[in-house]
Amino acid sequence: MAASAARSHPLTALVLVLPGALTVWFATMLPTVAAGETIRYAVDWVAGLDVALSFYIDGLSLLFALLISLIGFFIFLYARSYLAGDPHLGRFMLYLSLFMLSMLGVVLADNVVTLFVFWELTSLTSYLLIGYNHTDPKSRRNALQALVVTGTGGLALLAGLILLALVAGSFELSAINAAGDAVRAHDWYLGILILVLLGAFTKSAQFPFHFWLPNAMAAPTPVSAYLHSATMVKAGVYLMARVHPSLGNTEVWLWTLTIAGAVTAVWASILALRQTDLKPMLAYTTLMALGTLTLFLANTSEVAITAVVVFILVHSFYKATLFMVAGAIDHEAGTREIGRLGGLARLMPFTCLAAALAALSMAGVPPFAGFIGKELVYKGALAVASEPGFVAVAALAANAMMVTVAAIVAIKPFLGPKGDTPKKPHEAPWTMWIGPVVLAVLGLACGLAPALLLSGLVEAGVSAILGLDEPTSYPLQLWHGVNLPLVMSGVTVALGALLFWQWPRVRSAIDAACRRLPAADALYDGCMKRLVDLAEWQTALLQTGSQRHYVLVVFATLAAGLGVTLIVRDAVVLPTAMPQVAFYKWAVVGLIIAATLVTVFARSRLTAICALGVIGTSVALLFVMYGAPDVAMTQLMVEILIVIIVALVMLRLPAFRDDGHGDRTGHIRDAVVAIGTGIAISLTLLAVLQYPLDRRLTDYFEANSYPEALGRNIVNVILVDFRAIDTFGEIAVVAIAGLACFALIKLRPGRRSAAVEKEAAASGGDD
Amino acid sequence: METVLAVTVGVLVAATVYLMLSRNLVKFVFGLMLLSNAANLTIFSAGGLIRGEPPLVPEGSYVPDGVVANALPQALILTAIVISFGLLAFALVLAYRAYQELGTVDTDEMRIAEPRPEPRTPAPAGKGTAA
Amino acid sequence: MDSLILKTGTRLLTALMLVFSIFLLFRGHNEPGGGFIGSLVATTAFCLYAIAFGVTEVRKALVIDPKILSIVGLALSLLAGLMAIVQGDMFLTGVWSPAYVDGSSALPLSSVLVFDVGVYLVVMGAVLTVVFAIEEDKL
Repeated sequence: MAASAARSHPLTALVLVLPGALTVWFATMLPTVAAGETIRYAVDWVAGLDVALSFYIDGLSLLFALLISLIGFFIFLYARSYLAGDPHLGRFMLYLSLFMLSMLGVVLADNVVTLFVFWELTSLTSYLLIGYNHTDPKSRRNALQALVVTGTGGLALLAGLILLALVAGSFELSAINAAGDAVRAHDWYLGILILVLLGAFTKSAQFPFHFWLPNAMAAPTPVSAYLHSATMVKAGVYLMARVHPSLGNTEVWLWTLTIAGAVTAVWASILALRQTDLKPMLAYTTLMALGTLTLFLANTSEVAITAVVVFILVHSFYKATLFMVAGAIDHEAGTREIGRLGGLARLMPFTCLAAALAALSMAGVPPFAGFIGKELVYKGALAVASEPGFVAVAALAANAMMVTVAAIVAIKPFLGPKGDTPKKPHEAPWTMWIGPVVLAVLGLACGLAPALLLSGLVEAGVSAILGLDEPTSYPLQLWHGVNLPLVMSGVTVALGALLFWQWPRVRSAIDAACRRLPAADALYDGCMKRLVDLAEWQTALLQTGSQRHYVLVVFATLAAGLGVTLIVRDAVVLPTAMPQVAFYKWAVVGLIIAATLVTVFARSRLTAICALGVIGTSVALLFVMYGAPDVAMTQLMVEILIVIIVALVMLRLPAFRDDGHGDRTGHIRDAVVAIGTGIAISLTLLAVLQYPLDRRLTDYFEANSYPEALGRNIVNVILVDFRAIDTFGEIAVVAIAGLACFALIKLRPGRRSAAVEKEAAASGGDD
Repeated sequence: METVLAVTVGVLVAATVYLMLSRNLVKFVFGLMLLSNAANLTIFSAGGLIRGEPPLVPEGSYVPDGVVANALPQALILTAIVISFGLLAFALVLAYRAYQELGTVDTDEMRIAEPRPEPRTPAPAGKGTAA
Repeated sequence: MDSLILKTGTRLLTALMLVFSIFLLFRGHNEPGGGFIGSLVATTAFCLYAIAFGVTEVRKALVIDPKILSIVGLALSLLAGLMAIVQGDMFLTGVWSPAYVDGSSALPLSSVLVFDVGVYLVVMGAVLTVVFAIEEDKL
């Protein structure tokens, strides 16, 4: 990407068709949705589990869908130039397209399982995108961190959504939201709330899960602009808004969201001032915005929710713009360090224009949309149900710092003396400034004509969050007259200007203070290290690499599991009297037991093989006695073939050296486990025999073998007709076993057997 | 008779486990052979033992005459015998090839897939010297 | 193994066992027998022949490589299953010749028989593959 002359393949422009067409398609739905109607589309997916692939479009989903596809279009355009010449551009575009579709899936899903699947897909695609520079270990680590944090939250979310669906009696969000009162009154409400909020907070990086978002800035800038400001991180906010009608409007909801949101907003603003790199600085302001949104979603008042909807829109416009600007500066000047940048206004006029417009919107200066957003935020703060004073002060503090950041981002790189940059800066290609300029101008236009451009969508969005039928919202106006919010706006700008003036000092003060605080990032590293240590410990414990140890653990567990179950269930049955069995049957059983003992204690392999033959033949005799001629014949033939194969192999293997149980302790341990397992199996079988036989299948086979399958040998009819698929699977296994044996013996890498065999023969001779 | 067979199965299983706990791969394979007998007898006796009559439908009749042996466990055991034969053949060939390549039938010496965490002695482990 | 008695006896025994194995295979649907048992008898017969005359002789007698035999058997069984699908039934449902069902013919032609022949070939092919492979691997 170093050479700006490098061009992307013209065909990659095709990828623009996707977001472009989607934007147009969603825009055509605007009138319908603004009129208060909803659109639903569903196909059966897992019908047996009530899981449908269903989508639902109302004001809230359409708002997000439009933002995702519209900003997506400009990001795609931007990314083609930003990564021009990158050998993996195609892969990048694929990830980005996948991400966009997953994100659309999240905001359009009606079924909670559909929502969850797309939710996880956004985590996965985000992982791929953050780790795009996969040769950089830091990039990989940060990608993994984002995946671990959001993935853990995703698991909690899955549990929460399923519980929610069970309580509400439907898997469709539209139906769940209609059953809000029942959900809130249910005993599980608190549990559901905690699980769902865990999912939302991790995704939207709310305190204390905020640390992954700034780290995710390891991604290429188009990704940061798209995923980590405008879209994916807002999925958590979207989720909270989506379930607002069913889970919201309680004390727990109110206070949890208020506190988490306020802490995130203020803390993130402070950390933003600490940064010197444009991207992390913007990342922290994104956190601040997410915190503010959470803070206001705590409420049910119309003005607060209107503030949320407007702020989502406004923030997406200016933040995507500023990220793209930061990327353009990095692309053209070679650095994003504020200290090294300056005087770019002349060299990059369009980028500068976009930055200025977006920064003014971010600072909340009239007549930009940001001003309307901020006015609403203040009005909402004063109207909140929790602590208006606390919320207002938090909002004011955070917004003042936003003004400072806006000023830093828009003024420092563009004005002042020319900086000492690694590259000689010049204007970026048009594809990289057109998006920022359009989005920034949109911000201005929305501020100038809010009723015309915003009202319909905002009203539909507000009513969706509040669960109302009619589209409604707090009136959107640029000028509300002189009132408390206006005064607060003034104070905000003044405070922000003061902070900007004193920024270097403020920065070093914050930096010094932060060094003394424990960082959440270090905490995460600590947890991961513990996890790895734990995994290593348990691997060393269970995966010893000794086969005997594995066998021991498996059989000991089997014996203990069976034994404990038998005792707990009081199922131990001991034979009371000597069973009445004919003499010749005793003889057969006695033969089996004697031959078994010989097999175990035989010192020569030949004795053991003979004893095994005796066992097999005796078992075949038992089959004959109890009406199983087919089985008996099979057993007998197999015994013969086993002897042939065993004899062939044994000729090539060394004689027994010892019995392979080690010292005396080893013998005792193995014997105890062996006898224990034997007793457990015997007792289980005796317990099973206490119950009458379930003959339903047998009766069916006996009754239908001839009439249905035209066969008189029921066993064979079961094998080749009733349960032929089992048999088919079985012969497939046998065929594969035969081929595998063949491959093992005949196909050897390089047939280096001659030397190996000589050596093996030599070592075998030593024994 | 079921009770007697239950005890017999217990003895077979105990012998199987004891053999499979041996370090010697050959003993392990012998254990495998016993195990299939034990499993088949388990299925057989759990399916109910009926003396004499095999499960056949006589000529001229549509259902078996009177009580016949349970056909279902027989079908299951028949498949099980052949499958365990395939498994046994494969295990034997594997043992044989392992011996050819590694020069030992001692499973504690076969550490290629899961090497010991720390080599206790830095001495080079030649193939022939291992045994 | 070079023994005149073994060789002479084997010739006769192998022929007898092979005939018996085919007999077992075809009567399996109505009397004790079937593909599994039949193929095991045949396999034993070939193993006996291999002990007496060596693997090379058996390979000559078999004409087709046992590996191929097992794969052909598997394909045959699959084919037997697919016959039912052609008729519109579930995979592996038995399909019978109409003449046998209405009693006008005593010849029990059916997909079930094809399936059993497949089983026969698979088991025989697979076991012989293993035995030959070990036997031919020089000591």
